[in-house]
Amino acid sequence: MNLKKIFDPRSVAVVGVSLSNPFNPANIIYHKNNLRYKARTYCVNPAGGTLYGETVYRSVTEIPEKVDLAVLSVRAELVPAVMEECVRAGAGGAIIISGGFAESGRGDLQRRIQEIAKANNFPVIGPNCLGIFSPPGVDTFFLPHERLIALREGSVALVSQSGGILVDQTIKLTQEGVGLSRAVSIGNKAVLDEVDMLDFFLKDRRTNVVGLYIEGFSEGRGRDFITLMKSAKKPVVVLKSGKTPGGSRAVSSHTASIAGDYKVFSEVLQTSSVIEARNEMEFVSYCEVFSCCSRKHVKNVCIITASGGHGAIAADGCFHGGLSIAEVPEEDAAALRPMLSKSVQGICSLENPVDLTGSAGDIDFQTSVKFFLEKDYVDCILLLLLPYLPGITSDVGARVAQLARESGKPVITYMPHIDKYGIFIDGFESNGVPVAHSVEGAVYMALGLARRGR
Amino acid sequence: MKEDAKTILDRWRDTGWVIEPEARKVLKLYGLYTAPYSWAMTAEEAVKGAGKIGYPLVAKIVSADIIHKSDVGGVVVGVRDDKELLAVFTRLSSLQGFQGVLLDEMQSGFELIIGSKHDPQFGPVVLIGIGGTSVEIYQDVAIRMAPVTVREAKEALLSLHGSRLMQGYRGKPAINMGSIANLIAKFSEMVYDLRGRISSIDLNPVMCSSRKAVIADARIVL
Repeated sequence: MNLKKIFDPRSVAVVGVSLSNPFNPANIIYHKNNLRYKARTYCVNPAGGTLYGETVYRSVTEIPEKVDLAVLSVRAELVPAVMEECVRAGAGGAIIISGGFAESGRGDLQRRIQEIAKANNFPVIGPNCLGIFSPPGVDTFFLPHERLIALREGSVALVSQSGGILVDQTIKLTQEGVGLSRAVSIGNKAVLDEVDMLDFFLKDRRTNVVGLYIEGFSEGRGRDFITLMKSAKKPVVVLKSGKTPGGSRAVSSHTASIAGDYKVFSEVLQTSSVIEARNEMEFVSYCEVFSCCSRKHVKNVCIITASGGHGAIAADGCFHGGLSIAEVPEEDAAALRPMLSKSVQGICSLENPVDLTGSAGDIDFQTSVKFFLEKDYVDCILLLLLPYLPGITSDVGARVAQLARESGKPVITYMPHIDKYGIFIDGFESNGVPVAHSVEGAVYMALGLARRGR
Repeated sequence: MKEDAKTILDRWRDTGWVIEPEARKVLKLYGLYTAPYSWAMTAEEAVKGAGKIGYPLVAKIVSADIIHKSDVGGVVVGVRDDKELLAVFTRLSSLQGFQGVLLDEMQSGFELIIGSKHDPQFGPVVLIGIGGTSVEIYQDVAIRMAPVTVREAKEALLSLHGSRLMQGYRGKPAINMGSIANLIAKFSEMVYDLRGRISSIDLNPVMCSSRKAVIADARIVL
């Protein structure tokens, strides 16, 4: 099935707008798309009339053009009939927002959707979902614009079974400075599921990283997922829930008792190039670092810090995760020392972690980053910065980013996300250097690169 | 799919699992050999069978009612002579659902479990674990989608935390990795071929030595 028209529609029909209730999800979706997104937007209600001064069409078939995408937010029992109208009208695909299907005992209605989709080769997302965020064309989240922060556009595509998790993750990534190419909530995945989305995003030119929140694959689809991953060039990050073994089933073999659903999931994923995040923080960190850095083969890390404590915590994390903390040869330390500020020279520690101390300023960090990026024994730099220090200015990000770009090696920065220092962080992020707001997050990013290179 | 294997599995469908001598037949159809064994229904057959295998040997209850043989004293290791064998036979024949006694060579070596199950998301998978019958204690396992190649089987073995124990740790001889990897690959082809018909399989333990890997017990759950 071709998903291009769903994700990049030139025109959208929102079916099920209410003429009396402005908070109806369909009204919010219509309003938002009509005013803020590029696709031409039409609204549909069998009663006809006008809404916010715009024509309300009685049916998708009455809209003066073939719409690429139909967004259905009508009562579950009406969905099959509306779907058939969409097919007749030549729509390119549908997103079914409505609930009331398999999740609430109406498997029959869901099967009907599957039949219509299959018989007409008609792509469908949902039902029981939030649909897609796919700027600049379309956004079917029925959340009023003013309730969300403005999501950042970029190269990460998100897929989630749960709409709630999806919205949270889009916001978290935006707050971390990570831009989204698309986001899709697949709900009951009656027709299209995670595997179809992965397939589309792996080929999608706007997407460089795919992040998936997975509760579980449908029968046999895990195998399809792994098969698809064999040819995947883009980094794919997975966050899994439902890891607890369900109930105490009497199990009659050792294999069945050990190889629970999650155990199999995790083991099998490890044999592919998928990177499983153990928790939300890893998930966001991996998505962020992959969206910034493409270099593989990270093994030896150099930690440059303004605080010994931060350096020690980062070193522990790296070591624990299997990264090497490269040893700095004495002659290198001796060569670097005179290049640093006079006030730093006597008190800094030029072993790895390289502790430039609280007396260091932009120039010392810049000099050290440049120095170590040139060394063969360094694959990646963790730069741990405390913006409270008087010598550090908002210029440091752009300068370090320039060095990273020239060398091609990744620099990962830690800086506490305090509102006050947003401009410092922007200097890095807007120039393609990922910034973590905890030392742990910075370590995860380095580990993510290392795992990707394996 | 091998028709003979299908016939055996179908015969045990109502029981829910395949008794060991029958499970061994299925394995053999796929080129997975166990050590020479004998399935004796009577005391005379037992003594005759023991003559071929040689003492000491292992005697195991065969019963469709007893899936966990050890739990009911249904496995006797180190039977030394005819006299002991007859006593064991008499005792085992009083257990529920008695369908004979399986006599098997004594095996020693490094214990592994090679298993498989039908996973709802990933289909047939193979499991390789250290500790054989104690695998639940160690929880040191690798799981792969079936089928796997010999090379993938080797990599899976090496991915186990305890893999160093197999490679000649502290003076012990290294186990024959090639032979065990071959067995895993062949086994994985079997479970892939029989996919949809089997819920899980335990080859447990598989005894590994520097020379070979021998399947010492087999259970197929349908």
